[in-house]
Amino acid sequence: MRRIHLLFVVFLLTAVGISVAYYKHSSLGFPLTPDRETETWTVEAQIAVDPSTSSASVRFALPSDPPHYTLLDEGFVSRGWGLTTQSSGGQREAVWTKRNPDGDQTLYYQATVYRDQEEIQPSPYPGPAAPPLLEEPLKSAAESFVEDIRADSADIQTFATLLVKEVNSSRPDENIAAFLKPDASETERTRLAIRLLAIARIPARMVHGVMLTDEGRNLTTTTWLEVHNSRRWVPIDPRSGSVGFPRHFLAWWHGDKPALDTAGLEDVKLTFATTRNLRDAVETAQLQSAIADSRLMDFSLLDLPIDAQNTYRVLLLVPLGALIIVLLRNVIGVRTFGTFMPVLIALSFRETQLVSGVVLFTLIVAMGLAIRFYLERLKLLLVPRLAAVVIVVILLMVLISIVSHRLGLDIGLSVGLFPMVILAMTIERVSIVWEEHGPGDALAQAAGSLVVAALAYLVMVNTYVAHLFFVFPELLLVVLAFTLLVGRYTGYRLTELFRFRAFKTLAQARRPPPSDEASGGSR
Amino acid sequence: MAIDWPISPRRLRELGVLGMNQRNGEFISEMNQRRYYPLVDDKLLTKELAEEAGLNVPTLYGVIRSTHEIKHLARWVGEHEDFVIKPANGAGGDGILVIDGKQSDKPLIYRKSSGQAVGIDTIALHLSNILAGAYSLGGRPDVAMIEYRVKFSPLFERISFQGVPDIRTIVYRGYPLMAMVRLPTTQSDGKANLHQGAIGAGVDMAAGQTLDGVAHNRRVTHHPDTRQPISGVAVPGWQALLEMAARCHDMTGLGYLGVDVVLDRELGPLILELNARPGLSIQVANGEGLRHRVERVDRHLRYLDDREASAQRAVWSRENLAPMIL
Repeated sequence: MRRIHLLFVVFLLTAVGISVAYYKHSSLGFPLTPDRETETWTVEAQIAVDPSTSSASVRFALPSDPPHYTLLDEGFVSRGWGLTTQSSGGQREAVWTKRNPDGDQTLYYQATVYRDQEEIQPSPYPGPAAPPLLEEPLKSAAESFVEDIRADSADIQTFATLLVKEVNSSRPDENIAAFLKPDASETERTRLAIRLLAIARIPARMVHGVMLTDEGRNLTTTTWLEVHNSRRWVPIDPRSGSVGFPRHFLAWWHGDKPALDTAGLEDVKLTFATTRNLRDAVETAQLQSAIADSRLMDFSLLDLPIDAQNTYRVLLLVPLGALIIVLLRNVIGVRTFGTFMPVLIALSFRETQLVSGVVLFTLIVAMGLAIRFYLERLKLLLVPRLAAVVIVVILLMVLISIVSHRLGLDIGLSVGLFPMVILAMTIERVSIVWEEHGPGDALAQAAGSLVVAALAYLVMVNTYVAHLFFVFPELLLVVLAFTLLVGRYTGYRLTELFRFRAFKTLAQARRPPPSDEASGGSR
Repeated sequence: MAIDWPISPRRLRELGVLGMNQRNGEFISEMNQRRYYPLVDDKLLTKELAEEAGLNVPTLYGVIRSTHEIKHLARWVGEHEDFVIKPANGAGGDGILVIDGKQSDKPLIYRKSSGQAVGIDTIALHLSNILAGAYSLGGRPDVAMIEYRVKFSPLFERISFQGVPDIRTIVYRGYPLMAMVRLPTTQSDGKANLHQGAIGAGVDMAAGQTLDGVAHNRRVTHHPDTRQPISGVAVPGWQALLEMAARCHDMTGLGYLGVDVVLDRELGPLILELNARPGLSIQVANGEGLRHRVERVDRHLRYLDDREASAQRAVWSRENLAPMIL
């Protein structure tokens, strides 16, 4: 019963820990390994204006919720201009105003985007398009053209594709030749496609965007066509009729209108510049989940002040060190001074590095022990003796730092990071074991403590481990589960296989003569 | 030199050897309720309980509870020239000072069991260390007990060196399970502590006779200092000793208990201390695991309607727990 209960708790903790971590990794994009970078794009819209009148205003369409991309960050640079952002008809806009502009000026809008979804999100159906008012015979021509295409198509998407192909064909159908001048521009053809789609009551719209290119300068916008298939807007290439946006297309604004709407300006020029940059994957995931408004991230360590974060980077490793102690003590059977003293020593090794840490630790404990044996001769009371050892330990640390600095060894300086009270207690414990059980026992336990500390250090200093537990602190639940599991381990410790090895021969030596075997029998 | 390979866990399980994790997880935590621990951890309390139950213990001369009482030491010691000072909550025999006799009156100098002279101020310092908790678990303040020094019987004289040999019996649910004699050696500095090199000799439960010994987890047949054979020494009053051990279970309510007994020349067996977490070396000393015996006791208790008296339990153990057939 108790066993099932324990296994249930262990299973629950593991399941919660792993699934939260999995969700954060797969859905929010938190990387499992440190130093992972994700590709983000910085897009900069430059609006060069040449004001003429006393007051000027610029309305500029801003991207909002572009398909495939997430907007991580945005900013405006417009010195001396008043700036407001507003939303009109589902389109976000920035409005710059200035009373007395003079000379050429440039307004900047900068956005950081990150491609995170392959699917286009569904959007509500805007209702059937209103058919355009056409005069005969254009009306019949258009209707028969639409009928012809409808006969060849299966659904809205294929209909739109065929229609766009027909509009762009070099030898267009006679029915639509009437609508199209032979030298019609791309925009005119797109416009025509939207009108024809409206005859079939299919909602369609233009979408303008920027092709993201690394180190792109003076880019202009590209126009795309979107038809609504009653679930989502499907992008169609207005030139070839193929479905989908190019991979690096960032949709900016919708509708058959320019991005800029200005008043009081003589000349205005809109260009885009884009750069690709690599950003720390954790940072990207954090920004992204803040935008996705994930409840989970309200409990993230990444929002804490940076010094608190650094504290937790270390603290979160302590449970792992504790687990190592549990394993080494209960499964291997290493004897140590104090239960968790080695973890604290291991934490200070993080600052001093392993080899010098071990050397410094041994040095201080050895010198401290010598002085402790001297203090023993003075016959002091226990608490004053402990205090004296603490003072001596600190003096030794100062001495080591100064001497090593004089010798030009930086490493001796880090000795100050050792927990001196722990050191003093260790010295006291070593000396008691030394006196009561002999130097052999004392040295064996001291060596055991150092080995455990070194092992704990090696695990805790691993950057992968540190990253994993900092970004996914819920993995501590898994550590907890494993610790609980070891807590019910009743098998032999590894050292017991050595301790009891005499049984290899003892059991035979004590075996009674075979004649008795029939009469007794324990199992 | 042949390498002494470790034994396989499977063979150990076959032999019924109890490991540390199993002892802690399945025996101590299941059989010993935590609230009974103070009864054995506090030697003063144990002594009172044992006296109430009519069990023999070394006579308590006095207790020193605070630093200013240290000067009353002489009053407690009185005319006794030899005595023992121990921390009431000491663990593993730490902090025990054995005074053999007086060396001189002025200045007051005593003699330790090892023959070394100790001045009265050294003893006072030792007492204050005990009071400050130098030897207690977790460094808690402790009290010092001053008690009768056991004049151990000559029985084990030929197979021990200095110190006091004692008999450790493990009592499981009231039944003496296994016993060993711990014999001090030069190496163990006169202490009956197996970790420090004392010899543990198994005891045949039926006859109360010593078997071969073990030192440092290796089998020995002769004492290294006296060169006498270890096996074949019969413990006098074996039945009474086992009854005594069995009664400690009734006294403390602990289901898994170590009882340490010394044989005094004049007073016979005296209970020295009880242990709620007895060590596992007794298995090596007896060349046998505890688990098969535990199973026998469990089986016996399953078919038992009434509780047996301590004498009956001791008899049952003698009849059923030795010799074991592996």
